[in-house]
Amino acid sequence: MTEGKRVLGPDDVRRATTRMAHEIIERNRGLDRVVLIGLQRGGVWLAERLGEEIARIGDPVPVGSLDISLHRDDIGRRPVVPGSVSSLPSEIDGARVVLVDDVLYTGRSVKAALDALNDYGRPDSVQLAVMVDRGHRELPIRPDFVGKNLPTSLGESVEVDHEGVVIIDASDTDAHDEGDR
Amino acid sequence: MAVRHLRGIADVGVEGLLRLLDLTDHMAEVGRRANPKVPALRGRTVCNLFFEDSTRTRMSFDTAAKRLSADTMTLAVGSSSVNKGESLRDTVETLEAMGVDAFVIRHRSSGVPWRISEWSDASVINAGDGWHQHPTQALLDLYTIRSERAARGAEGFEGLRVGIVGDIRHSRVARSLTEALGLLGASVLHIGPRTLMPPTPLAPSTDDLDAALADLDIVYLLRMQLERIDSAVVPSGEEYSRRFALTPERAGRLGEDVLVMHPGPMNRGVEITVDPARLTGSVITQQVTNGIAARMAVLFDLLGGVDTDGGSAAVGSGVVGL
Amino acid sequence: MSRGSQGVGDVLLTGGTVIDIGGERRIDVRIADGVVAEIGERLDAEVGEVIDVTGLVVAPGFVDLHTHLREPGMTEAETIETGSRAAALGGYTAVVAMPNTDPTQDCVSVVDFVRAEGRRAGLCDVHPSASITVGRAGERLVPFAELAAAGVRIFTDDGSGVQNDGLMRRALEYAGELGLTLAQHCEVSSLTAGAVMHEGECCSHLGLPGWPALAEELMVHRDIELVRLTGSPVHLLHLSTARSVELVRAAKADGLPVTAEATPHHISLTDERLRGFDPVFKVNPPLRTMRDVEEVRLGLIDGTIDAIATDHAPHPGHAKERPLDSAPPGMLGLETAFGVARAHLDLPLRELIALLSWRPAAIAGLHHLHGRPVEVGEPANLTVIDPAINWTVDPNALASRSTNTPYQDVPLTGRARHTFLHGEAVVRDGVATR
Repeated sequence: MTEGKRVLGPDDVRRATTRMAHEIIERNRGLDRVVLIGLQRGGVWLAERLGEEIARIGDPVPVGSLDISLHRDDIGRRPVVPGSVSSLPSEIDGARVVLVDDVLYTGRSVKAALDALNDYGRPDSVQLAVMVDRGHRELPIRPDFVGKNLPTSLGESVEVDHEGVVIIDASDTDAHDEGDR
Repeated sequence: MAVRHLRGIADVGVEGLLRLLDLTDHMAEVGRRANPKVPALRGRTVCNLFFEDSTRTRMSFDTAAKRLSADTMTLAVGSSSVNKGESLRDTVETLEAMGVDAFVIRHRSSGVPWRISEWSDASVINAGDGWHQHPTQALLDLYTIRSERAARGAEGFEGLRVGIVGDIRHSRVARSLTEALGLLGASVLHIGPRTLMPPTPLAPSTDDLDAALADLDIVYLLRMQLERIDSAVVPSGEEYSRRFALTPERAGRLGEDVLVMHPGPMNRGVEITVDPARLTGSVITQQVTNGIAARMAVLFDLLGGVDTDGGSAAVGSGVVGL
Repeated sequence: MSRGSQGVGDVLLTGGTVIDIGGERRIDVRIADGVVAEIGERLDAEVGEVIDVTGLVVAPGFVDLHTHLREPGMTEAETIETGSRAAALGGYTAVVAMPNTDPTQDCVSVVDFVRAEGRRAGLCDVHPSASITVGRAGERLVPFAELAAAGVRIFTDDGSGVQNDGLMRRALEYAGELGLTLAQHCEVSSLTAGAVMHEGECCSHLGLPGWPALAEELMVHRDIELVRLTGSPVHLLHLSTARSVELVRAAKADGLPVTAEATPHHISLTDERLRGFDPVFKVNPPLRTMRDVEEVRLGLIDGTIDAIATDHAPHPGHAKERPLDSAPPGMLGLETAFGVARAHLDLPLRELIALLSWRPAAIAGLHHLHGRPVEVGEPANLTVIDPAINWTVDPNALASRSTNTPYQDVPLTGRARHTFLHGEAVVRDGVATR
């Protein structure tokens, strides 16, 4: 992880993950037809961790990943390199989808994910789980499950993995061009 | 590295080929969705400029562009006077004035995509020029080889032995595929009579299909144009078939994992006298299916990157869409 | 004609170096009444106009054995006037106009028209050639004697070769008796059907139909053998292959009356230029390999090849914007020939000028007027060359009506500064006066 201000450590991330798993189970009583879908690339590990936690606490749920690069609204403005090929674990029609991402920022990635999801079918509902909500939304999107609310300035970027959360002063780069960080 | 055109294999190189193959994976996944369409190229215009009839290739490109939400224009010039080339430049400049981001060009004359790329600021994609290049066919062939071999537990192109059988001399498919396979480390053998070979060999060659067959991982049959037979390049279709067709007897001698490929449309009874549906190794239908995904990958690679006037960042610099 | 207008036209060229068949010397040259009036060191500068040519070379004007002026019939590409202007600017005082016009130069009326238009333009002597067969169709012979009486000395079906062996033999027998020279475009057409470029590695990669060297060499060989049989002379046009040069060398060693020419492009460019598919590099015979280029250069240097000829072949811009296989072959050559030849032939200036002036003049039967020694009483068909000037080829700045030069943006050294035709300055300081 790059140098910067560490705001969460590994234990914080583990605790937040466990709490979010509980909240997901609670909200979706019984976990019937729940599918966790991580947004590539930052959301995939978190979806897997949430999946493990949920399986430990309750029942196992399918976990998949979604590549949204072909759905972004800023193609042509910045380099686009798709991640891995999308892999959805089950039927989307009628499912209760929980989209999972590491950082919620402008909301554009989530919007793209909602668009992409539509191409696979019509879910009953879609919820959003993120490890960090750093504010600065540009679209009417809000998370259902949040690991940590983290006020940031536009000049900063946020890096998340299971080791923790770090804020980096990236004022010399255009924060918007870095995506939802 | 940013690529502006796909006129020939040399425009992309090894790195570009591998990137396009990976992108094709994504596009193939899009094709499997309930709604196989993504908004990636919204607002971009792709012009299909077909100076030579080829419904199959044209539809494949058109479908690819539409699945990426690009606007398409199609000009099938076919046999009209423009085909004689007298106003090629005028045609291109007129269309470009309507706002074209990419030209997809098929022409009976070698080199036309290179000329058009000099006259136009749009990206140029070669959909087949004369006997010269057909890079998207090579890409879909490579993709088919990669995915079908992966399905059979094999990986990579290094050391792969590919026999291309038939009219190499007049084949843009053979030129692009030979070049691409060579870049990826495969060894290519050209199989056919001397009269159907280029004046200077582009790969090791033989006129003995039966001897070559035992040492091949892939048998790639080329379409044998019947007019070549008429122009006395080979004595007769029958003799050609006897020496170079994939017959049931030859098919029976192919190893379990040997793939049989053909760029289509097939001349049944000429280069292939066995029903491909009865060949376990035939991946000919997969080639057609993969054509759309491969062409989507090319369109997205050329048009989905940073606007050329938009700054310094290059496609593929490693920043990921998060 | 304005020749000798004001009754004088006296011009004194001072300070230059005269190079002609006799050698090289520092003398002044006075031109008057269309001839060289006086030569000597430090001539009297009080009479007439004085042009300081210090550092420049005064030479007999160049003679091009192979110019396509395109008129009549294809004036969109070139006219006799624009082609003559290009010639004068290139240092030429005479050109042999190729007969593949429309209508073909196969009868006296067309030949007379070309000659008259050349005279009207007054920029260089235009000597029409005539075809060997009517309409260049390779079937019936033209009226050789009648055309000879009209002044034609060179006969050729250029654009294609005479395919029929028997017909070529009869043409040689008949024309040779009349003292005429047949010039052959050596190409066995059954080997070049649809050909776009040299047959070899490059064409194999580019997927273009090849023009094998053999197609030229077979006809070179045939014609040499027909010369051996008939005793009539043959001039071989635009030789392009190593083996062709070898065949001609052997024929000359046998004492046969065979002459040959090579173009500036065949000693400077190879088939690799076609890799961009630009038809400006399409020419017939095609650009060959480096080995061929080197052998053709050697042929010019050792005298196997007698002359540099341009094969100046203008085509309108839109024709060269066609796909490579349907674009017409041909390149401009008149205005760049000297600079290109100079850059690619390791020869003393005098030998180079020989290849451009008196040797081709002899082949064309023009040696009584052109390529003459710079001596008193000789016709003042002269060019004054600046051998050191550096310039860059700009297609749009050329006098030709077309722009299909393969040397766009190429830096060259050496260019004609002044050209005198029958004593009149048709080019002054690099500018045509007509």
